Amino acid sequence: MSTAAAGHHDHDDHGPAKGWTRWLWTTNHKDIGTLYLLFSLVMFFIGGGMALIIRAELFQPGLQLVDPLFFNSMTTMHALVMIFGVVMPAFVGLANWMIPMMIGGPDMALPRLNNWSFWIMPFAFLLLLSTLFMEGGGPAGGWTLYAPLSLQGGDSFAFVIFSIHFMGISSVMGSINIVATIFNMRAPGMTLMQMPLFVWTWLITAYLLIAVIPVLAGAVTMLLTDRFFGTSFFNAAGGGDPVMYQHIFWFFGHPEVYILILPAFGIISSIIPTFARKPLFGYASMVYATASIAFLSFIVWAHHMFTVGMPLAGEMFFMFATMMISVPTGVKVFNWIATMWRGSMTFETPMLFAIGFLVMFTIGGLSGLMLAITPADIQYHDTYFVVAHFHYVLVPGAIYSIMAATYYWMPKWTGNMYDEKWGKIHFWVSTVFLNVLFFPMHFVGLAGMPRRIPDYNLQFADWNAVATIGAFGFGFSQLIFVYVIYKCIKGGEKATDEVWEGADGLEWTVPSPAPYHTFEKPPAQYS
Amino acid sequence: MSSPSSYYIPHEAKWPIIGSIALFAFFAGFASLLNGGGWIVMALGAALLVYMMVRWFGEVIAESENGQYSAQVDVSFRMSMMWFIFSEVMFFGAFFGALFYARTFSGPWLSGLGEGGAAATNAVLWSGFDYVWPNNGPEQLGDNYTPMHWFPLPVLNTLILLTSGVTCTIAHHAIKHGDRAKMVRWLLATCALGFFFVIMQAVEYYEAYAHLNLKMTTGIYGSTFFMLTGFHGFHVCMGAIILLIVMIRGTRKHFSATNHFAFEAAAWYWHFVDVVWLGLFIFVYIL
Repeated sequence: MSTAAAGHHDHDDHGPAKGWTRWLWTTNHKDIGTLYLLFSLVMFFIGGGMALIIRAELFQPGLQLVDPLFFNSMTTMHALVMIFGVVMPAFVGLANWMIPMMIGGPDMALPRLNNWSFWIMPFAFLLLLSTLFMEGGGPAGGWTLYAPLSLQGGDSFAFVIFSIHFMGISSVMGSINIVATIFNMRAPGMTLMQMPLFVWTWLITAYLLIAVIPVLAGAVTMLLTDRFFGTSFFNAAGGGDPVMYQHIFWFFGHPEVYILILPAFGIISSIIPTFARKPLFGYASMVYATASIAFLSFIVWAHHMFTVGMPLAGEMFFMFATMMISVPTGVKVFNWIATMWRGSMTFETPMLFAIGFLVMFTIGGLSGLMLAITPADIQYHDTYFVVAHFHYVLVPGAIYSIMAATYYWMPKWTGNMYDEKWGKIHFWVSTVFLNVLFFPMHFVGLAGMPRRIPDYNLQFADWNAVATIGAFGFGFSQLIFVYVIYKCIKGGEKATDEVWEGADGLEWTVPSPAPYHTFEKPPAQYS
Repeated sequence: MSSPSSYYIPHEAKWPIIGSIALFAFFAGFASLLNGGGWIVMALGAALLVYMMVRWFGEVIAESENGQYSAQVDVSFRMSMMWFIFSEVMFFGAFFGALFYARTFSGPWLSGLGEGGAAATNAVLWSGFDYVWPNNGPEQLGDNYTPMHWFPLPVLNTLILLTSGVTCTIAHHAIKHGDRAKMVRWLLATCALGFFFVIMQAVEYYEAYAHLNLKMTTGIYGSTFFMLTGFHGFHVCMGAIILLIVMIRGTRKHFSATNHFAFEAAAWYWHFVDVVWLGLFIFVYIL
């Protein structure tokens, strides 16, 4: 029968293809995961370089290094690169590597589409970054692209819009692939409530992505037609409303911030039980909390717009809905702490990053709770307090979880243990500089320093100088991360199959490094 | 074959990278065109994209016809199509959202209704503007126009699309009973109705531009009208082309009573554009 013959043929080639075209044409989830992670690492330094330009300019008051338009395009591009080019691809890379192994599947459900999802990203970012060299400079109206300001950009405008469409195609295809993989490729017998939490959080993240990326596509399409085809969506003279853009954008934007953090929750929920040597406390409540956060993320968007002039009923609704999110988030933090309670804890690098996540993400969560209070937000809005808040949830939140995941699973990927000493140095140096960088932003923010301005009042000078020192320290300490990764790929102490003493899950049952094709036949554990 | 005793994993894929290059050329070319440049790069990108899709889909169809796909792969395809349609629903949701927002909030606020500074804003900026729907804003962008009436063309188009849904379902029942010839006949009818709809839509646009002075630039009414009906019309075109390809595959003896995922995916897509049209007919044309 031709079916069997063809099916058999597919399993003949066990190793990767020869030559560099392997990476271009690969359909292997591990290759594609590696590509995503390396892409994300490169973009991390590009986006980080932009942040250092911002911080260098803000080292002292006055305009000294860059002109204001370029400064504004740096704040805009820094955000776009870090969100769409670093955090999202890194999570997708981790999903690619880990989800098929965690659920006992052979690969992603749609391997060729998977290749396309990745290979769109470099081209999309080529399109985006090329705008920096165009007449009128890169986009400078903020990553939110608020109308009418964004419509006044130079030649870059259309390129930015299309680059967002472009990466949106990648995100939607990647998410569809992940959903199909989780629903359809699980080992026979593995029920949904037996899935590792990283798989659960990614399932819900993928759902959010499929739901809101098209809304972003619609919003930026309306921007495009407003500028080039004479429509009036965001033009009051024609009966539209610039505030409408903000509503549509944040209907995407708020679920987006949970897209940036839910996979992190899954990673932390994998790491803490391993190093506490106890099962995760409250697995089911973690799943329900994740689902609740996803649901609530659709009904809180206007808390980004408290000062825009909404009806009072709207302000009240979005304030209370936002505060409600602290309930499921609190459940998660409680569960992580309860997992550690009376555990036999050890503090290898992944655990350090996970605990760093737990402490500092909670700081960001608490400042978020402050920002949720409408009357207080009217004071905080568009100040550095907001910048401090979202950097606390994104850097020691999303980024730390990605670093924790890298240290945690790298022995499985490379077959070698990473350098524990340098891993710990990386953690401590990063953590110190990170707080030197972001904590003072709370102070200058509460004192009234506005975001996205290259110059500032003298009274903010001291803390800005401190923050800039922290920024350069944090930025350069990431070279340690690159060194540890490089060293681990090159060699090191051989990792065992289980790698970590307390680790649980299908990915630890396969050899280290994981073979090119892991589960060609379904594992039997669950049936 | 249906139980995943061993899995299907495809070989290296060469079309995706070509698709990325094509999309890059298309987007970069389109952006250059909008900035006053030429259209050649965009056209080349679009052509390469179409070529890539033809070849990629061609390979998948050939593999499917060779029987390389297990039941598990079939399920993956089905799930993916459903989630893709969900993403399309959300895309239209953005534009419906804009329509509802403009009608419920922007318009009344511009005319001075509502709390806060609405009345003062109206008095200072847009004095004399009274909200009605449809409108083209307090500055009457695009001058006087006549709104598109729901009769006769939109009603005709509604009947066309609803009928095409019926013919599509008849074709579906035919293939479920293994009657490929009947499936092809009824798909032909479905495609014909689909393309007829697109032609009627073009006639409607011609009427709007030539006789009603209703254009994309006609304030918020023109914006929402043309964006919603335009994107819908584009999706009808796509759906009709997909159905046409399914029909051609039917004439080449593809599909059987048990194996016809491509048909069902196309049919789901067709019903999706059908449902979007009903929303359009109610909220854009009638109400």
